[in-house]
Amino acid sequence: MAAEFIIEGLKASIEGKEILKGINLQMKGGEVHAIMGPNGTGKSTLASALMGHPKYEVTEGTATLEGENLLEMAVDERARAGLFLAMQYPSEISGVTNSDFLRSAINSRREEGSEISLIRFIRQMEAKMKELDMNPEFLHRYLNEGFSGGEKKRNEILQMMMLDPKIVILDEIDSGLDIDALKIVAEGVNSMRSEGRGFLVITHYQRLLNYVTPDFVHVMMQGRIVKSGGPELAQRLEADGYEWIKEELGIEDETVGQEA
Amino acid sequence: MTTQTILPVDAEHLSELSQRSGEPGWLKESRLKALELAASLTLPRLEKTKLDRWNLNTYGTYKASQAFTALNEAPASIAALIKDQEAGSLIIQRNSEVVYTRLAPELAEQGVIFTDLQTAVKKHGDLVRRYLHKAVQPDEHSIAALHAALWSGGVFLYVPKNVIVSTPIQAVLLTDDAEAVFVPHILIVAEANSSVTYVDNYVSDKTEAGLHNGAVEVFVGAGAKVQFASVHQLGEDTTDVTYRRAVVENDGMIDWIVGEMNYGNTASDTKSVLKGNGSSSNAKVIAVGSGAQKLNYTTQAQHFGRNTPSNMITRAVMRDSATSIINGITKIEKGATRADGQQTEKVLMLSPKARGDANPILLIDEDDVTAGHAASVGQVNPEQVYYLMSRGISKHDAETLVIYGFLAPVVSQIPLEGLRKQLQSLVERKLGQ
Repeated sequence: MAAEFIIEGLKASIEGKEILKGINLQMKGGEVHAIMGPNGTGKSTLASALMGHPKYEVTEGTATLEGENLLEMAVDERARAGLFLAMQYPSEISGVTNSDFLRSAINSRREEGSEISLIRFIRQMEAKMKELDMNPEFLHRYLNEGFSGGEKKRNEILQMMMLDPKIVILDEIDSGLDIDALKIVAEGVNSMRSEGRGFLVITHYQRLLNYVTPDFVHVMMQGRIVKSGGPELAQRLEADGYEWIKEELGIEDETVGQEA
Repeated sequence: MTTQTILPVDAEHLSELSQRSGEPGWLKESRLKALELAASLTLPRLEKTKLDRWNLNTYGTYKASQAFTALNEAPASIAALIKDQEAGSLIIQRNSEVVYTRLAPELAEQGVIFTDLQTAVKKHGDLVRRYLHKAVQPDEHSIAALHAALWSGGVFLYVPKNVIVSTPIQAVLLTDDAEAVFVPHILIVAEANSSVTYVDNYVSDKTEAGLHNGAVEVFVGAGAKVQFASVHQLGEDTTDVTYRRAVVENDGMIDWIVGEMNYGNTASDTKSVLKGNGSSSNAKVIAVGSGAQKLNYTTQAQHFGRNTPSNMITRAVMRDSATSIINGITKIEKGATRADGQQTEKVLMLSPKARGDANPILLIDEDDVTAGHAASVGQVNPEQVYYLMSRGISKHDAETLVIYGFLAPVVSQIPLEGLRKQLQSLVERKLGQ
């Protein structure tokens, strides 16, 4: 069944300051939606609020995946319901190996007694790591500890591939990547595109969208989606920047929640 | 204000005990002198820990224990630790006395001595006398003095020159009679270019208040290597004060692996004296505090020799209302050129009532050295828990991963697989209650 992901009237704040001021978005499995916008307009807050980061408080709205409101679930339940967020700044966790971590994550989706066998898990993981051009030793490294920016991003994509989510949010996955790494990451994403899976690609730059072609493009300013269109919108933003949208909508300061 | 040391025994009684067990005159004199010192010395001064409020007076008296010849006669409380050790080299001390001693014959043939210290002073008096109380000295404080006056049972391990002992030598020290004194002394001498691994376990099985006043002395000869591992899992009723010292000659190596898994108040001090040029020391301490435990762990490295590296790592997890003071002291003496002293102390607190305090101290009297320290005290990082949960892992499992992950970098470096597994299960037991 194709996943249907509907965000309605989502408002969220951090330390009492409202950042998201009513987000509405509908996605279906197989679609790639891009969220673009200048810095400080609430893009990453949207990603974190959907995943349930403890610092963000959702004050209004719903986000339903296949009819179930994710916002009423704990973070781990959201993940098990099929949401995946590739983070902009993944945590480093000393003492927990990449493989132990991922095996726990996979087994959290399985019944007790039907855990994935070690051999099968290692085989799967090694195959995916090869696709992402990752050194197999990363299996035994502590989670993200001492990884370069690019290695962390690849590790996020690796997790996405292993966990087979229904809705994938990529939060600035392209930041800090050189062009070769960007291509590898994009190939990884493209290999996961399927009828049953939707992607929400948050990015500051058009660059990534050259490799992962979106079906829909949304522009965020002041904590709202202010403009939506097809892939041609991303092209125009690349060519002309954001100023024309601000003029069109009469926006002076596009940012939200930032101190003057 | 000075607190008068309460002497658990009088000189006459001590002298009679020594005589009755057939000890040489020099040892009797040494005990009596230490008792005298105890009366005039104060408790050791520990960083931010008030020892005078601890139960440090319930020594009990010397009591004989029934020796046994086969391991299946051993008390159930230590059965798991001595399982399959019939053919190994093992000493078991129960309360005041050693009750079982076995040295693998092939080691005996090579001149290795492994016996209780009370026997050693009679059979190998000159050898023991050369080392006993030379590293932990009775005049340091009242605890060390009382130890020197009262020790009984104990372990003497002697490895001759060039002898490589490949299987670990083990000891189990059990206190299960609160009226019996439990003051074992561990003395290890590794002659030049020898190599040995010693592993011991301290266990209690009683409910009345008691005290373990322990001292460990390790003498590492030139080019020798000693791996010393100790796991303390004494119960809530037992206060544990343990001093461990190693004196390392030229190019010698001491490795300390200490698992502090007690349930009662604990003060321990593990120190390497890097006397010889090129000598080195590596100390790893893993601790879990629970309940209302008061804990004070110190690691020390004192560099005299040139080109002497030392590394000390302590990682402690504190739950409930446990309090831990963790001290690291690197002292580099004048003349110890190209010494390298590194230390790290980290405390992870799992409850708002748990307390941790890390005090790294570098004392350096030489210019041409390198030294470094890192210390941190904190709680489980909510960002890390969020990250793990965002992959579907439950909150409980995520926290567990972070907590075990905190100890794992140290545990994973323990070279003895059995010990590593034992420590892991003790950590799980202490954290999982």
